[in-house]
Amino acid sequence: MSELKLMKGNEALAEAAIRAGADAYFGYPITPQSEVIEYLMAQRPEKRTGMVVLQAESEVAAINMVYGAASTGKRVMTSSSSPGISLKLEGISYLAGAELPAVIVNVVRGGPGLGTIQPSQADYFQSVKGGGHGDYKLYVLAPASVQEMSDFVEDAFDIAFKYRAPVLILSDGLIGQMMEKVNLKDQKPRMKDEELIKRYNHWAVTGKKGRERNIITSLDLQSEKMEARVRRLMKKYKQMEEEDLRFEKINCDDAEYLIVAYGSSARIAQKAVELARDKGIKVGLLRPITLFPYPKQQLFELADQVKGILSVELNAGQMVEDVKLAVQHKVPVEHFGRTGGIIHTPEEILEALEQKIIKNGSIRHHKTRESSIL
Amino acid sequence: MENLNNNTMTEEIIIAGFGGQGVLSMGKILAYSGIMQDQEVSWMPSYGPEMRGGTANVTVIISDDRISSPYLKVYDTAIILNQQSMDKFEETVKPGGILIYDPNGITHHPTRTDIKIYQIEGNKLANEMGNRKISNMVILGGYLKVKPIMKLDNVIEGLKKSLPERYQHLIPLNKDAITTGMNNVTLFKVSEKAPLS
Repeated sequence: MSELKLMKGNEALAEAAIRAGADAYFGYPITPQSEVIEYLMAQRPEKRTGMVVLQAESEVAAINMVYGAASTGKRVMTSSSSPGISLKLEGISYLAGAELPAVIVNVVRGGPGLGTIQPSQADYFQSVKGGGHGDYKLYVLAPASVQEMSDFVEDAFDIAFKYRAPVLILSDGLIGQMMEKVNLKDQKPRMKDEELIKRYNHWAVTGKKGRERNIITSLDLQSEKMEARVRRLMKKYKQMEEEDLRFEKINCDDAEYLIVAYGSSARIAQKAVELARDKGIKVGLLRPITLFPYPKQQLFELADQVKGILSVELNAGQMVEDVKLAVQHKVPVEHFGRTGGIIHTPEEILEALEQKIIKNGSIRHHKTRESSIL
Repeated sequence: MENLNNNTMTEEIIIAGFGGQGVLSMGKILAYSGIMQDQEVSWMPSYGPEMRGGTANVTVIISDDRISSPYLKVYDTAIILNQQSMDKFEETVKPGGILIYDPNGITHHPTRTDIKIYQIEGNKLANEMGNRKISNMVILGGYLKVKPIMKLDNVIEGLKKSLPERYQHLIPLNKDAITTGMNNVTLFKVSEKAPLS
């Protein structure tokens, strides 16, 4: 039986971590995600489930605590906001390299630098293009509602353990701070040590009695071995693309124009779609739920149907590059988005669609090139 | 926006005033009341520097349907508690919509003639009731009188849900405040006080 509550996105995520049977949370407060650790502390999860919640002395310490706990096969989570995630990236690269399961949450605020505490989606590149050093990717989930802030925690743990890889939940200040109705899942028990050893004995540091020792490291000085490790990672990422891509199509069946947006922008863009349809403009919305893997094939196919595509993001133009790669110049692709913590309104999105796509939508690329030559 | 299906309702509200006037909690009670009526709700606050001593506002949407954007440019109803918010949000009410405000501290009254404007003396009435903290409930009562989207019972249930344990004994007082607001909300005629400009 589930439980219905009115909660902030950050609180719903924290509650979901307890209910998903997480073993530990290590974090350091930063606006706009401080409610995560505040809520966890207030809930006394050490009493509810035995879950460890610890405020580390810094973000760097927190991510290395995650590395240590994940090495033992425990279900462990951390969260921060943009500048804090930048600090954590070294540790995240190590987690990926050492093939450790962990859940990392970024409630994004505006940047660069300390930027602003208001909502933003300017960490798209950081999330899907590595961020840290080396050949790695994160499986990235982008919640667009408080319900998804709750649901994606368990999904993220499942994926992290399926692939033995770090998973990122990429939220933002809007989804983190807003309240909506949320159906909370039932409490799952934390995994017992015997069960954990049975499942993860082949890789985790569980005590080597009766077996060869397991070594958790991202270091391999033998080039052949290191290349084999990188190839193993690439194989995982390919499998993620084949098996665990998630997206949502809204009003796409008869669409003549397409908006692509994720997270909070997808919510606002959906209203823009409603406004457009009231005016008789047939617009659809493709919402990537995972940002890696990305719905490349779906975009490639939709490009045969629509006249133009607008990528709507709370940044200066990041995901638009992936849209362009997927669409392969079949139709014009443009970007629209506000920055600095300003949130675009549905009306602004519709106006951008009309000006950037619909007015220019009939001009094919070859014509644009001709005119630029003249 | 209007729904395609005429049988369903959506109410998009902005509540704005100073931090400390109970803007966010009024929104929370409305949202919880919506849940009590099995509706979809969203509550999107301004957060951060705006809150600290300055203006606070919250967008609340109550709908029979799935809510798309929690962030809006125009609203069905604006509930205004100070001058800064009046200056910012009067123009955001949709034509035919409602603006309801507490005249306490308002020097420039609203001037639009394409919306319905109501006054509710939230601050004054709450003081008369002996607790100025319930002015937001008086104003909520005024709103519910002119836009009866909630049953009073559901609002009381919403109150119970959103008030912490230590304030549960204040529910009868809050109920009185809502009723007082319902009985004292008045239509404001723009022509009477509109400035010449």
